[in-house]
Amino acid sequence: MNEPRETPPGARLLSFRLNGEDLSVATADHQTLLELLRYGLDRVGTKQGCDSGECGACTVLLDGRPVLACLTLAVQVEGRDVRTVEALAEREAAALLDAFDRHDAAQCGFCTPGVLMSAEALLMDKRRVVSQGEARAALSGNLCRCTGYTKILDAVVDASEKLVEAADRTREPAS
Amino acid sequence: MTSSDKWQLGGRHRKLGAMERMRGVARYTDDLRLPRMLHAKILRSPHAHARILSIDASRALGMPGVIAVITGSDMPTPYGVIPWTTDENALAIEKALYVGDGVACVAAESEELALRALKGIEVEYEVLPAYFDPEEALAAEETINPYARKGNLSKKVELEFGDVDAALHGAALVIEADYEFHGTTHGAIEPHCALAKVDADGLLTVWSATQVPHYLHRELAKVLETPARQIRVIQPPLGGAFGGKSEPFDLEFCVAKLSQITGRPVKLLYTREEVFYAHRGRHPMKMHYRVGFDASGKLLAVDAKTVLDGGAYSSFGLVTTYYSGQLLCAPYELGAYRFDSRRAYTNKPACGPKRGHGSVQPRFAMEVSLDKAAVELGIDPIDLRRKNAMGEDCLTVNELRVGSNGFLDCLAAVEEASGWKQRRAKLGFGHGLGVAGSTYISGTNYCIYPNDMPQAAVQITLDRSGRARIFSGASDIGQGSDTMLAVIAGEELGLPTEDIRVLSADTDLCPVDLGAYSSRITLMVGNACLEAARKLRKKVTQSVAKRWECSPKQVNLVAREAIDMHDPERRAPLVEAFQWAEADHGLLGEVGSYDTPKDRHGSYRGGAIGASPAYSFTAHVAEVKVDAETGEVGLVKIWCAHDCGTAISRGLVEGQIEGSCYMGAAEVVLESHGVNSEMGGLHHGPSLLDYRMPTTLDTPEIEALIVEAPDARGPHGAKEAGEGPLHSTIPAIVNAIYDAVGVRVDDLPVTPAKLVRALAAQAEKGGV
Repeated sequence: MNEPRETPPGARLLSFRLNGEDLSVATADHQTLLELLRYGLDRVGTKQGCDSGECGACTVLLDGRPVLACLTLAVQVEGRDVRTVEALAEREAAALLDAFDRHDAAQCGFCTPGVLMSAEALLMDKRRVVSQGEARAALSGNLCRCTGYTKILDAVVDASEKLVEAADRTREPAS
Repeated sequence: MTSSDKWQLGGRHRKLGAMERMRGVARYTDDLRLPRMLHAKILRSPHAHARILSIDASRALGMPGVIAVITGSDMPTPYGVIPWTTDENALAIEKALYVGDGVACVAAESEELALRALKGIEVEYEVLPAYFDPEEALAAEETINPYARKGNLSKKVELEFGDVDAALHGAALVIEADYEFHGTTHGAIEPHCALAKVDADGLLTVWSATQVPHYLHRELAKVLETPARQIRVIQPPLGGAFGGKSEPFDLEFCVAKLSQITGRPVKLLYTREEVFYAHRGRHPMKMHYRVGFDASGKLLAVDAKTVLDGGAYSSFGLVTTYYSGQLLCAPYELGAYRFDSRRAYTNKPACGPKRGHGSVQPRFAMEVSLDKAAVELGIDPIDLRRKNAMGEDCLTVNELRVGSNGFLDCLAAVEEASGWKQRRAKLGFGHGLGVAGSTYISGTNYCIYPNDMPQAAVQITLDRSGRARIFSGASDIGQGSDTMLAVIAGEELGLPTEDIRVLSADTDLCPVDLGAYSSRITLMVGNACLEAARKLRKKVTQSVAKRWECSPKQVNLVAREAIDMHDPERRAPLVEAFQWAEADHGLLGEVGSYDTPKDRHGSYRGGAIGASPAYSFTAHVAEVKVDAETGEVGLVKIWCAHDCGTAISRGLVEGQIEGSCYMGAAEVVLESHGVNSEMGGLHHGPSLLDYRMPTTLDTPEIEALIVEAPDARGPHGAKEAGEGPLHSTIPAIVNAIYDAVGVRVDDLPVTPAKLVRALAAQAEKGGV
């Protein structure tokens, strides 16, 4: 399915890793990563809210760091690792999804994929229980219009606690 | 059953469909694509007011990948969400009325080619004088909207209840002031988007990011001159709305028409800039208020004069104009009341309903007036509000019938939670607490198009696998209405919400519902759902009772089991009970419908507008820190107590309260939507950078307090929660700023510059 297709004129072949899978696709120099993901690869979990780097709905992880897919050219990800919200459920970061679900942290859910990616980057970076203040700072680039952020921040802190508890459990000898 | 018997109601529930949305699996409108789909783009007027002399699209039609171009004359029938004010065309015909008015629409093989083709359309304009101030527009000779019947007066309402002049004459204190509410917009993160296709048999399907599929269905039929039975409207998962998607927009007509013309699917996604120009947000209002009190602080009369800046079209403006006066008559008893509201057409993006439609602005004026009176009279502002609270089961001065009323409990809850009594007097200069109260409708008793049919309907089917399917026309716009319905049905049928599928907002599959506006869904669709679920419960309990040879009344359905309440050892799996019922009754399906009471409003002309089956009540306390040197307002915390009747799902109610407080707070200190009159009506900044929606760092701590005063007209007593809790956020913050630094800014937003000026003026007078 992901075999390189013949490259049309004005296009170039791009190879990168998306959610753990090595891909080669055709892209044009001016195509953004957001356009490639949504319209080229049908990975529509990454949302377009403004297309100008203002809302954060298109946040993805590039080599583990949050970037805005609408401000990233597809050609910039050559040889790099891109992770989108579609990858979240498959990893330990499912703790984040579960916490968001329990806390009612998503209302319309449109900003949530981007919020989750920023939160994931925070938790992967800290690997400990985070404070509300740290969560606020880490999510300050993601606009949410529904929740007033209250339940989102609670969910992020909660998820960090659950991850630490899980890590502690695996370290303890079986009783 | 008593409330203590409820096994689902009032609990916390995982929201239906939330996981799908969060994981990026759910397909919002722009996530849909169809084979051979075309992309459309709209050419918009660069002029705020201009006659369209000619449109030549021939060059565009010759460009690569361009399939069709349409203009206003392709869809000449005017429409409007309110049937009395049909003053819009899908695309402008005679004149463009604001910068951004749609003039032509291109369908091409890609979005890029469509955008390029816009440059190939030549429009010849005759630029006309534009009016950006409502009072100037009202005085102008030239009529802005070609369908207007009274020049630039879009709507005027004058109503008086009691003898206001006599009451004010006899008042010990009259607070008189001018207030100004600026414009704000919805800012849903999902831009408007629509997709249409036509089947071989002529059925037109339109997927749209709308919160009113039924009204869209009606208007599409009218404008496209296509029978409604040949149109299907589907609302995919919606990325926020807040009133900003509550009427048809140009894109829906354009994709439908272009798909009829080309025979191919057509999609159009607004840019963020287009969302700002489409607007339909909160009306700017200039309000002159005189509020009279006796020496003890009892409210004697309110005299309100309001000018609404409507923008280029009516939208819901007829209703907005009424609401600007009609919804002020609770939660306080008013001896006499008069309002005079005039809505003007201006050459700006049209205003419409934003969360708290029409009543957020007057609530600001009223609650600040009360605060000023409390200072003058030396009464604690919470006590002043208590003193004037109207209580339950009463008639407002404008003859609206109020049922349950938890306002006093709301006041007590925020007073207690904020530490008002202990803390307020001790806060130093620059640090303050403010209070405000409000009320809102739970839907409107009269539909916006007159008819005798129910306002809401729900169909439920059960099947032998032990699950239920709910078919509802209601639009889940993120508020969680699908979950609310599942809780109500699950409570009756013994099903946890995960065993219930809700299919909503598809005009082919679901009963008609009027949409997600005026906070109507919980009360109306909830009641319809409860009726259908109770009918099914009856069938199931009858079938169980038959087999157990007992009375159906002693059979309870809880947590996937049928239980004999007289002998709790006797149980059957619910799936078996459903199979018994299907054997006895045939396929298990029931419908429920709800229509509003028609006897709970005033008998005068307009007396039905603002009448609701039930009213919610709210009180806020806000805590702020003001930097007197820079004029910056730091929002520390907001406490909001909201009487939602009965909380059907607590997390959802809290979410509505928190989101409302956030949105209201933003309207005080950050957000401002408007156009620049010196730049010919260009938007101040149609981007999310310039329109300053709060980030996590700007948003204060918010504490949601649920108050429950069940109303006899709500399902299990439930009332609204989505809009009420926004209202008093705004005056509570403004009053807190006064408490902090002793000056008032009566025109919103409260910017640092205005505060610094007010503080300087105060210092000059030798105050503080």
